[in-house]
Amino acid sequence: MPDLIFRTEGVTKVYDTGEVKIYALAGVDLKLFAGEFTVLLGASGSGKSTLLNILGGLDHVTEGRVWFKELDLTQLNDRGLTWFRRDHVGFVFQFYNLVPSLTARENVQLVTDVSPDPMAPEEALELVGLGHRMDHFPAEMSGGEQQRVAIARAIAKRPEVLLCDEPTGALDSKTGIQVLEALKNINDRFGTTTVVITHNAAIQKMAHRVIHFQDGRISNVYTNDQRLPPSEIVW
Amino acid sequence: MQALDRKLLRDFRRLWAQALAIALVLACGVAIFITSFGMYRALEETRIAYYERNRFADVFSDARRAPLSLAREIETIEGVWAVETRVSGAAILDIPGRSKSAVGRILSIPTSGRFSLNVPLLRSGHVPDPETTDQVLVNEPFAQANGFQIGDVFAANLNGQKRPLTITGTVLSPEFIYTIGPGGLMPDNEGYGIIWMPEDAVAAAFDMAGAFNHVSLKLRADARAETVVSSLDNLLEPYGGLDAYDRSQQQSDAFIDAEIKQLRSTSIILPPVFFGITAFLVNMVIGRIIALERSEIGLLKAIGYSNFDICLHYLLLAGLIAVVGIVIGWGVGSWLSQSLARLYADFFNFPFLIYRVSYDAYIISGIIGVATAAVGAIRSVLNAARLAPAVAMSPPAPPKYKRNTLDHALLALRLSQPTMMIFRNLMRWPVRSALTTLGLSLAVSILVAATFFDDSLDTIVDTAFYQSNRQDAVLTFTDEMHESVLEDVRRLPGVLQAESKQYYPATLRNGHLSKRIAIESSRPNPDLSRVIDSDGRVVNPPANGIMLSDRLASELNVRAGDTIAVDFLSGRRESHKIMVAGTVTQYLGLGAYMDMDGLSALFRQKPRIGIVNVTLDENQTDNFHAALKEAPNLAGTTMMTETRQSFLDTIRQNVIIMTTIYVIVATLITVGVAYNGARIQLSERARELASLRILGFTRGEVSFILMGETMILALLAQPLGWLIGVEIARLMTNGFTSDLYTIPLILKPATFSFASLVVLSAALVATLVVRRRLDRLDLVAVMKTRE
Repeated sequence: MPDLIFRTEGVTKVYDTGEVKIYALAGVDLKLFAGEFTVLLGASGSGKSTLLNILGGLDHVTEGRVWFKELDLTQLNDRGLTWFRRDHVGFVFQFYNLVPSLTARENVQLVTDVSPDPMAPEEALELVGLGHRMDHFPAEMSGGEQQRVAIARAIAKRPEVLLCDEPTGALDSKTGIQVLEALKNINDRFGTTTVVITHNAAIQKMAHRVIHFQDGRISNVYTNDQRLPPSEIVW
Repeated sequence: MQALDRKLLRDFRRLWAQALAIALVLACGVAIFITSFGMYRALEETRIAYYERNRFADVFSDARRAPLSLAREIETIEGVWAVETRVSGAAILDIPGRSKSAVGRILSIPTSGRFSLNVPLLRSGHVPDPETTDQVLVNEPFAQANGFQIGDVFAANLNGQKRPLTITGTVLSPEFIYTIGPGGLMPDNEGYGIIWMPEDAVAAAFDMAGAFNHVSLKLRADARAETVVSSLDNLLEPYGGLDAYDRSQQQSDAFIDAEIKQLRSTSIILPPVFFGITAFLVNMVIGRIIALERSEIGLLKAIGYSNFDICLHYLLLAGLIAVVGIVIGWGVGSWLSQSLARLYADFFNFPFLIYRVSYDAYIISGIIGVATAAVGAIRSVLNAARLAPAVAMSPPAPPKYKRNTLDHALLALRLSQPTMMIFRNLMRWPVRSALTTLGLSLAVSILVAATFFDDSLDTIVDTAFYQSNRQDAVLTFTDEMHESVLEDVRRLPGVLQAESKQYYPATLRNGHLSKRIAIESSRPNPDLSRVIDSDGRVVNPPANGIMLSDRLASELNVRAGDTIAVDFLSGRRESHKIMVAGTVTQYLGLGAYMDMDGLSALFRQKPRIGIVNVTLDENQTDNFHAALKEAPNLAGTTMMTETRQSFLDTIRQNVIIMTTIYVIVATLITVGVAYNGARIQLSERARELASLRILGFTRGEVSFILMGETMILALLAQPLGWLIGVEIARLMTNGFTSDLYTIPLILKPATFSFASLVVLSAALVATLVVRRRLDRLDLVAVMKTRE
């Protein structure tokens, strides 16, 4: 049995707008294991992004508890969560969120400068196939390239988990597949626990495990017996 | 209310802090404009009205003793409209209840009882009966300072005869709006009074029956003062006339004129600085808002709003900021100018003050304020209007960063990525960075230019009062006296040391350049009143030469070794060629110095003295004054200890007020620039900074990027601000320097560090306020929005 990375117990997240209470998460119990590639699927508002943010230490639970290995994230204050993100988590977002004033290499360096055991920025960029574009600014790159820089930035600190929120959402299928290749490559080589949120059902074919969300709850979980490589995924 | 108007008001409410920061800078400009322009107008109009109503003369001259019949001849000088002669004299006064002696200037009231020129305005009581010899009018400030009532009596030593004088009335005179007694540096209303006495009584007291020693002329509108002055000089020459002069050399008018000029230049020079900064800030803020609302603009256009509607919408937003600034500026300006006007009326002895609310000053400053905001906003507003709706609704292209030489240099420094972000952003917006730096440096320069005065005045005070003039009191005699009078002074109670001096009124000429001054002559190596050169050494003029103050030498365009013509205006009224032996630095007045023996040899007579400087035993001051009140031939006493104190007090008070005002102004500018700069950065970089937080950067590390940019610009602004400040200070010293004062440019490190400390602190506080918003940044929300 692989090591347990994340464990949640009855996680509830309520947004109180004053007039109505919106249950973004209504009691989620989940375990994620080391080296696992998990895809979270569900309609908008089903709670998958909220869960990802809570796992990544960007948001707090209303009720319930979340453990990263032995660390109880629900007990950490803002500073503790900052250090948790800094040391253990890599994020990839739909809108790449690169710093426009830094080149690809420097964007990656942002992370490697503050990490205890990073890989060289150049190595991270090679891993996502951008060894030849290192000194370009974001404005000089395509969307797919920018997203791959974001992935390089996320993995350069050798995180134990990689959390991706719609990483291909803003890309066409060709560049989207390049991005998925990069994610799979990282997962295979380093055994990084990877969680990918997507609307795109086709992507589930490359996951170890697929978790469906509906109305703030997990509605269905299944394991892929046969994973497809990204190159064979079509949408 | 239309939806767009509602949006305008809500946007304005949301932006209140930034809008207020800008509005306060604009308010400074408007308030200074209203105040200085309003004051300038008030003072100028009051002066004109006062002079006109009380027929202030245009040309004046003193003479030793001229027959009254000469007045008719003076009337025939071409261009002369009216002539008034009078007898004037000096007297030591003994005021009941005041241990110290006071000094009075005695002026005659025409026998008719009616003044034709320089008409004093009766403030209380009545004009004395022309037949009486013991009734007088006094100037109102003198009466008020001494608590005199009508009917009070004081004694005056008139030409050696002590006489009781009864006050029948108080007056104000256009001749004495600003009064400084002989030897004084500041008005001393308690110790110096102007006293009007019936002509017969004055003439009898000063032995001037059938004669006059002062004449005032009023000229026709088309007359030329210079030609009248020279004709008058010719007529008075046989009667000991001292060169005639026009209003520009009349003490009271010269001071007011200097003040009016200063107010006028303040209203022209200072406000544009504030208007410029306001325009820049409006440009920055409106530009950012339009960038943020790009898709909304696209939407509005798609719905059918015209380009004009869009332009107007954002111009109105800038206009609202301007309106707030203008209203605050009007309020503060009105309050300041009215309180200052009252202060001026007190300081200058005007009988009334014409303070008309000058609507044009309000209208002009309002128009300039609105125009400033419009100019600041117009570029961004036009860009908004030019956006095609489809383009506006798609996100803007990301800002382009490129490598340049500077970038390579920075790379070589191996800076951290956050530091690189700061520098690249500065270089990405060079104009904005430069203008921000300039704005902050102006705040620094205002402080440098305002606080250097303190050190300059210290130098003046030290040189004038502790190096040059070390006497406790100065005794001035009515006439030239034999040097033996020094022995009489030494015998007065409490006198420890006594040294003699004499002033000779003279005109110095070099070619077409000439200057009327008083040459000071003294014995070598005096201890009490010394001539000090710029290195602080005591200088003795040689027996056969004359020493000039730097300013006088430059006005006459002479150097050491040159020869100048000296026309003495008293005594034998001889002209001599005298060599300039050297020049000395001098801050108060225009000095010229000669050796007493050398001068006496030139005049072929024994040394004469008119001034005695003394040091006193503090415990015997009262006895000393009591003796002075009885002394004959004494025209005045100046207590240097009091002069020093009143000079220092006045200066200190002014310096504190000035410094406070300028610290407030500099802080407002700094906060306006730094706060808006940081807010805009936060708005532009919210995503970037949130990304960094998500990547695991701490609040402190992210704040470093946000605050670093503003603080680097604030640091860069320091040397620039110092330089600009020094230049402004230099301009100010040149502007304020007159024949009365020379302001030395003394710049000490403390001046610069104080200015930097204030501006850097204000910038730090402003950015810290913005930093607090960073803590409230919703990381998830920011990341979800597409830029």
